[in-house]
Amino acid sequence: MSTGYIENVAGPGAVKYAQKRAARGKPARSYNPSSRRPGWFTYAVLAVIFVVSVFPLYASAMYGSSTTQEIARSVGTLPTWLPTLQLYENFGEVLGASQFNFWTAFLNSLLVAVSVSAATVFFSTLAGFSFSKLTFRGRQVLYVTVIASMAIPAQIGTIPMFIMMNDFGWIDSLLALTVPSLVGAFGVFWMTQYLQEALPFELIEAARVDGASLYRTFWAIAMPAARPAAATLALFTFVGSWNSFFWPSVVMRSQLTMPLIIPQLKGAFTSDTGLVMSGVFLVAAPLLIVFVLAGKQLVAGVMAGAVKG
Amino acid sequence: MAHDAARQRATRRVGWGQRLSRWDLKISPYLYVSPFFLLFAIFGAFPLLYNIVVALHDWHRRAGMGEFVGFDNFSWVLEQPLFWRSLENTLSIFLWGGIPQLVLALLIAAILDQNLRVKTFWRMSVLVPFVVMPVATAMIFGQVFGQFGLLVPNLQELGILDHVASPFFQDRLLSHMAIGSMIVFRWTGYNALILLAAMQAVPRELYEAATVDGASRMRQFFSVTIPNIRPTMVFVILTMTIGGLQVFDEARMFDGGGTGGGKGGADNQWTTVVLYLYELGFGDWQDRLGQAAAVGWILALIIGVVSIGNFLLTRSISSSSAKPSRVSKSQRNAVIAQARAVAAESERKAREAGVATIIGRATSTDDPRAADVDQSKEGVNR
Repeated sequence: MSTGYIENVAGPGAVKYAQKRAARGKPARSYNPSSRRPGWFTYAVLAVIFVVSVFPLYASAMYGSSTTQEIARSVGTLPTWLPTLQLYENFGEVLGASQFNFWTAFLNSLLVAVSVSAATVFFSTLAGFSFSKLTFRGRQVLYVTVIASMAIPAQIGTIPMFIMMNDFGWIDSLLALTVPSLVGAFGVFWMTQYLQEALPFELIEAARVDGASLYRTFWAIAMPAARPAAATLALFTFVGSWNSFFWPSVVMRSQLTMPLIIPQLKGAFTSDTGLVMSGVFLVAAPLLIVFVLAGKQLVAGVMAGAVKG
Repeated sequence: MAHDAARQRATRRVGWGQRLSRWDLKISPYLYVSPFFLLFAIFGAFPLLYNIVVALHDWHRRAGMGEFVGFDNFSWVLEQPLFWRSLENTLSIFLWGGIPQLVLALLIAAILDQNLRVKTFWRMSVLVPFVVMPVATAMIFGQVFGQFGLLVPNLQELGILDHVASPFFQDRLLSHMAIGSMIVFRWTGYNALILLAAMQAVPRELYEAATVDGASRMRQFFSVTIPNIRPTMVFVILTMTIGGLQVFDEARMFDGGGTGGGKGGADNQWTTVVLYLYELGFGDWQDRLGQAAAVGWILALIIGVVSIGNFLLTRSISSSSAKPSRVSKSQRNAVIAQARAVAAESERKAREAGVATIIGRATSTDDPRAADVDQSKEGVNR
């Protein structure tokens, strides 16, 4: 095919490009990046990214599989590249440590994270239903307040919150971790955005005509429609609550949550790096299980959040 | 008779139900949003206002509210060399954690924005660090950067480091880089996915047009991709700023805590502002809630200023690089329409001349491609 023709219909730049492709022996198959299959180099880069992503947890498990002597000998490299039985021994020692109670901390974390996520999903969907589908005076103003409150940096209120918890007698109580985060602005915003699109007015009207109360409408119509977004919200809330460290370390004393075990490890097993690292792995691993089960949903959630802004 | 009574009761019930229903419609919407506002009033708005009161008083944990001291707490904080040191540390860690993070996130997003096999697996793999507890990450990175860890002995072997002990816990700048790397580790994949979602929303015609004009893939990235994902980049940078200036977990656990640890190093090399606030209020240093509250206000002010600065900066940078391709939607559509008209025209001519055309093939693939783009968008929403 002549270059003159290409120049005629697509311009001189296209000719240059076509010639360049021809010189490299590759015909221009497709202009569209979404249908072009990437080469092996892309996969090599992705493999490196994968290795880096999982390396820290892997490294903690490998350190946890080693004795102090082995770690001391392994300067500049990992003490072992495959997990050994030592890991289970170390796990046993961490679980049975007298300085802290691992299982109590685990249950505390679970209790807080589950109740916070459940409450957040329920109250956020309720508020989202109201903001997106019901008409009432002041709706706009109230919704703007919700959005504006997201911009407040959380740490500013730390000191007064601590004083309040002290007055309530909630210091060292799980209530201090649970009650303030039962529902957040982000959740309300998220559910409102979702329900606006996912819940047709016709359904609500139909339910009303059938004589359902608003609450019944919410429970039977809005709640099921909101399920995908609610699951994502629950996941993010769970991860956030499980990993949070700053606020628990302000209000908790003897009662521990999972992240609060970490600062205890070095005190408990002073020089035994293997034990400390196996403890770190044990503390971080539960969320990894959640991730294996629901990682797909997390990915979709992050990407959807970006699109909706 | 009995039948009549039943009907009467039924009608009366409907009337009462209607009144109830009207009441339901009026009150319920407020009832449904009230949990959020109740909680926000108690644990969001009130502490914000109360913080002013605390910052203006002498306040200790056990003694409680002391006497009114005006702005003494603020001036006390601003006179502390440690406060300024922690502020410098925070900004430095923010830069070391933020700039590589943004560059890498863009890069990873561009890599993921291809027609990959096992797409979901790669996307999940970049999100793993996000679910690893930050304090656990800090402990592990502390081990890696430690004297006998993975990094230091090898760097000594290569002659890059000549310290005996690990300099990452001594040298101020190196400690900032180490903590920055934890932040990069945690957030890069997360932000890459956000940017990826934005990239997939860029109309594919633009890339096609750029390819036809002879733009290399590099040039396409800078002149088509970046300007088109600008709003998302502003969003990413703003959230990064708000979070990045409140670093606490990584700095506190970098040296593993333990006795005397967790304060940001022997020389406060990596004490951040929030760590300073924590130590002022609850740590071993003092029991100065009033001053800590003042730090909270100062930090909020700094976050506000840096956020606005970043916002203006990103806007100006990406708009200057956007010039070559900054066209309005109508302009773009006009250009596309024009090109289609030209193509149709030449196709007609070619058909008249009895020549098989490449344009014909190009237009026939047009529709499947559009469907493809729609599909990927749907995937995002799901």
